[in-house]
Amino acid sequence: MSETVDIAEQPAAITVSGIDVRRGESNVLHSVSLVAPVGTVTGLLGPSGCGKSTLMRAIVGVQDHVEGRIEVLGKPAGSASLRSLVGYVTQAPSVYADLSVSENLRYFAKIARAGRDRIAEVIDTVGLHGFEDRVTGSLSGGQRSRVSLASALLGSPEVLVLDEPTVGLDPVIRAELWRTFHALADSGTTLLVSSHVMDEAGECDRLLLMREGRMLRDTTPAALREESGEEDLQKAFLAVIESEGS
Amino acid sequence: MTPSATLATARRVLWQIRRDPRTIALLLVVPAALLTLLYFAFDGQQQVFQGIGAPLCGLFPFIIMFLITSIAMLRERTTGTLERLMTLPIGKADILFGYGIAFGLLAALQAIVVCGVGFFALGLDAAHGAWLVALLAIGNAVLGMALGLLASAFAQTEFQAVQFMPAFILPQLLLCGLFVPRDDMASLLDTVSYLMPLTYAYDALARVTSPAPLGSDFTIDVLAVIGITIAALALGAVTLRRRTP
Repeated sequence: MSETVDIAEQPAAITVSGIDVRRGESNVLHSVSLVAPVGTVTGLLGPSGCGKSTLMRAIVGVQDHVEGRIEVLGKPAGSASLRSLVGYVTQAPSVYADLSVSENLRYFAKIARAGRDRIAEVIDTVGLHGFEDRVTGSLSGGQRSRVSLASALLGSPEVLVLDEPTVGLDPVIRAELWRTFHALADSGTTLLVSSHVMDEAGECDRLLLMREGRMLRDTTPAALREESGEEDLQKAFLAVIESEGS
Repeated sequence: MTPSATLATARRVLWQIRRDPRTIALLLVVPAALLTLLYFAFDGQQQVFQGIGAPLCGLFPFIIMFLITSIAMLRERTTGTLERLMTLPIGKADILFGYGIAFGLLAALQAIVVCGVGFFALGLDAAHGAWLVALLAIGNAVLGMALGLLASAFAQTEFQAVQFMPAFILPQLLLCGLFVPRDDMASLLDTVSYLMPLTYAYDALARVTSPAPLGSDFTIDVLAVIGITIAALALGAVTLRRRTP
């Protein structure tokens, strides 16, 4: 939670410049822009259905019908060379339910060209010790999403895009994960983390507030509090929505 | 495409199957059991059993691998694992060939069991060698896999994927010549059967299991099966899209 991070001095890891995304007949994102500086945790906040997942999919380059420019580490989103540099965790845990935890990790390690030692490291990072031989489908939802997160960490990506990684998790594990996110950011990783609960907003270096497919604010927790005059970020978000006159 | 990613994918698919011993048992036992059933159904009519049973040994793997692949690939699409793979440094060919190797191995086991039972225990005869039937069975399994992979792109749910079996496989089975010689069919159906992959798979098997010399038609059949497999894999690769709506 380093308010000390000076954005002007940090190069951008992710730059989205006024993108529109069409799904079917309608646009789900309208002229969305954002900048995520290197080595920061940027929170993408907004109610479910506001377009967070679509925006994240566009950034990792799996979203079709994107109009506008997205650059990740200086390259257009979805470039082949980014595949080993960008880690992506979908909202639903995308791991093989019929494989054990370590079998899942061994497979994704091979694909990400990560060494065997990384498997033990990421198991440690997400706190899944003792679950290595459990079949992933038999784990709880929270444990499964941590297997999914661990799989994305294997390749030590420079950019991590995490779609609601803390949903349904025990508060203790949630706090641990946020510590992990900051540790990763301190080591130079750029994280974009979405959430629909505002109490996680305070954990982020930068805040992106989204609603109905539009970016309302690209700000920091401190600046949001100052702008709205509200200490509570939930109320601050409400104040921003009201000031937009919607 | 990298060999390590291809082999890792093949191993992963086999690990998944290994977790499911019931599927393995069904894979190995069902074709042989059905063949045995047919043997008793045609009790005393060895000629008829020979005509249907011998080629059928090489067709079972086609049917079963079609089903298994269409559902396995549908799961990859719906559970998000395919989307994850598409963000990782893995080629589409690694995924396709990974599945091909894994299911090819399973098909080989299945072919050995069903051919062993058919040609040694139940008295079926393959004039040009049971090993050739087994080899064609493996090729047909890869064909079934390639078509199943393609079919999975057109299903949204497992219910739909299962329906592809009666919708696409059963008509091919009925028209391929196994039950009625194609020459005896209405000419329209005979023409239609030329457009069906299974027709060539069956024709090759029928030639291998009957005493007449193989001839150039056999070569055409084999080339057709290989060609259709490659075309289906290429089309399947197109359906493995990095970007989806």
